[in-house]
Amino acid sequence: MSCWETLADYGLRSLGIGERLLPRDNFTLCQQVVLIGSGLIWNVYFGVLALITGFFMAAAVAVGKASRRPLARKLSEWFIFVFRGSPLFIQIFFAYFLFLSLKQVSPVFDPFTSAWAGALVVLFLNTAAYSGEIFYGALLSVPRGDMEAADAYGLSGWTRFRRIVWPTMLRLAWPAYTNEAIFLFHATTLVYFSGFPAFQQRGDALYYASYFADKTFNPFVPYPILAVYFILLTLLIVGIFGWINRRLNRHLPQERRQRMRFRPNLLR
Amino acid sequence: MFGFCEDPSVLDTLPWFACYMTTGKMMLFYGSFGTVLVLLAITAPVALGFGFAGAMAARSHVAPVSWLGRIYIAMVRGVPDIVFFLFFIVALDQGFEWLRHKIKCPDWDQPIRQGSDFIVCAEAKLPLSTAPQVWHEVYGFSLAVLTFAIVFGAFAANVLYGAMRAVPRPQLETAEAYGMTRRQIFRRILVPQMWVYALPGLSNLWMVLIKATPLLFLLGVEDIVYWARELGGTKSPRFTDYPHGDWRVWFFLALLVFYLAFTRVSEIVLERIMKRLTRGQATLGGDAQRMA
Repeated sequence: MSCWETLADYGLRSLGIGERLLPRDNFTLCQQVVLIGSGLIWNVYFGVLALITGFFMAAAVAVGKASRRPLARKLSEWFIFVFRGSPLFIQIFFAYFLFLSLKQVSPVFDPFTSAWAGALVVLFLNTAAYSGEIFYGALLSVPRGDMEAADAYGLSGWTRFRRIVWPTMLRLAWPAYTNEAIFLFHATTLVYFSGFPAFQQRGDALYYASYFADKTFNPFVPYPILAVYFILLTLLIVGIFGWINRRLNRHLPQERRQRMRFRPNLLR
Repeated sequence: MFGFCEDPSVLDTLPWFACYMTTGKMMLFYGSFGTVLVLLAITAPVALGFGFAGAMAARSHVAPVSWLGRIYIAMVRGVPDIVFFLFFIVALDQGFEWLRHKIKCPDWDQPIRQGSDFIVCAEAKLPLSTAPQVWHEVYGFSLAVLTFAIVFGAFAANVLYGAMRAVPRPQLETAEAYGMTRRQIFRRILVPQMWVYALPGLSNLWMVLIKATPLLFLLGVEDIVYWARELGGTKSPRFTDYPHGDWRVWFFLALLVFYLAFTRVSEIVLERIMKRLTRGQATLGGDAQRMA
């Protein structure tokens, strides 16, 4: 079987399209590369959707935490505390069993017992909490001079927030937010290892990599393949976020522009 | 445990729970919290050691050593840590067995990898197949500790490498002017001063390490996640004196609360340590304490 046929058979296997049975023995390198790459679709799906939805929630949480109203502040603080203080692994487990119990109460929760919706909700809340904390930190470091200038121009309330506070906050938070985005994509690999079943063996990249590692009892092939995929994915994220960073800073004089640090640190 | 636990099916709610919470299985569950704490207590210093070695290697003037250190530091960026966990737990095991195989059975002529089997001679097996069960568990746990230490050592190396570079250059130049050797400068000037720069990164790392402990479950150790899944599942009256429905959601809620409490306490302790360490340091934090 040529590699092209393998690609046609297994390229979209993680979505349930193509060959139904996974290869069982005599694994070729091509099969491993194709199937693990096919699983990567799910990592990108979880990462992108959680990131986009989480972004808006994070903004709300950050504003809430900086708010003068005690109710909004306490709610945001607790939200951030719960999701940053506990492991994502346990959160996903907990959510899965919670949705299983809720399913018996109402069929509304049916889709949430499968990964595509249930795990997405957890990842969305998790990234909202982490980015919310980042945005909150940035919100506190908006320079006082900017606010005074806004006052002098007679801007207030919503206009001031939209035109002064928000863009400055985003600019300040962006390097840390890039880091968070990278780790969110890494965190998506946890989904199929914690509760959520891979329906008809449609899993993510790590699911297929560990499938091969278990079957061949040889971790030296599938995991490096997966690592290469993830390094490429990380570089892509850094590229996209770097481009946005340049746009956010384009009004600043050259020497004051914040250089993006292409060194993701483990800051979660 | 209690005398009145003889026939749980006739008990009221409160005594029933008292009995349920003290069954042997539940004791194993409580014990597994100890497993997690032991893992943390062993892994943290070992990982710090790995990190220190990695950072020192990266600073080395011998090019290959420096490359090695840099590769080690860069290793965990860009690839999810869980991939390393799953990789190392098998790779280390096979590596050890392969080494022992080479030493103990030099005249073995068959290939080690036969299809999907990994075959070494019987004397090279780790632990030996005749060893009692407890050694298998100890071996599994040590592999998990080593795996954790390697991965988090890389993160620690990253933090320490940054901290070593953050020590003000004039400090080192002054030491050179006093005629100290490189080794002396490293031991007497660089290392004592770098901790205050390393601490924010290290405390963050400690939090991440705590939050990574449930991954022990994936490495085959019978930890809290394992027992929560086991004990929480539906129990029918045929096999147990304490039948109940699917309680896994409650067990995981308990784990969630455990981790929340643990991280919160760590946060408070680390804050205190940071305050202590910044005292008298030539940093903004130190100045703020003097003025207050």
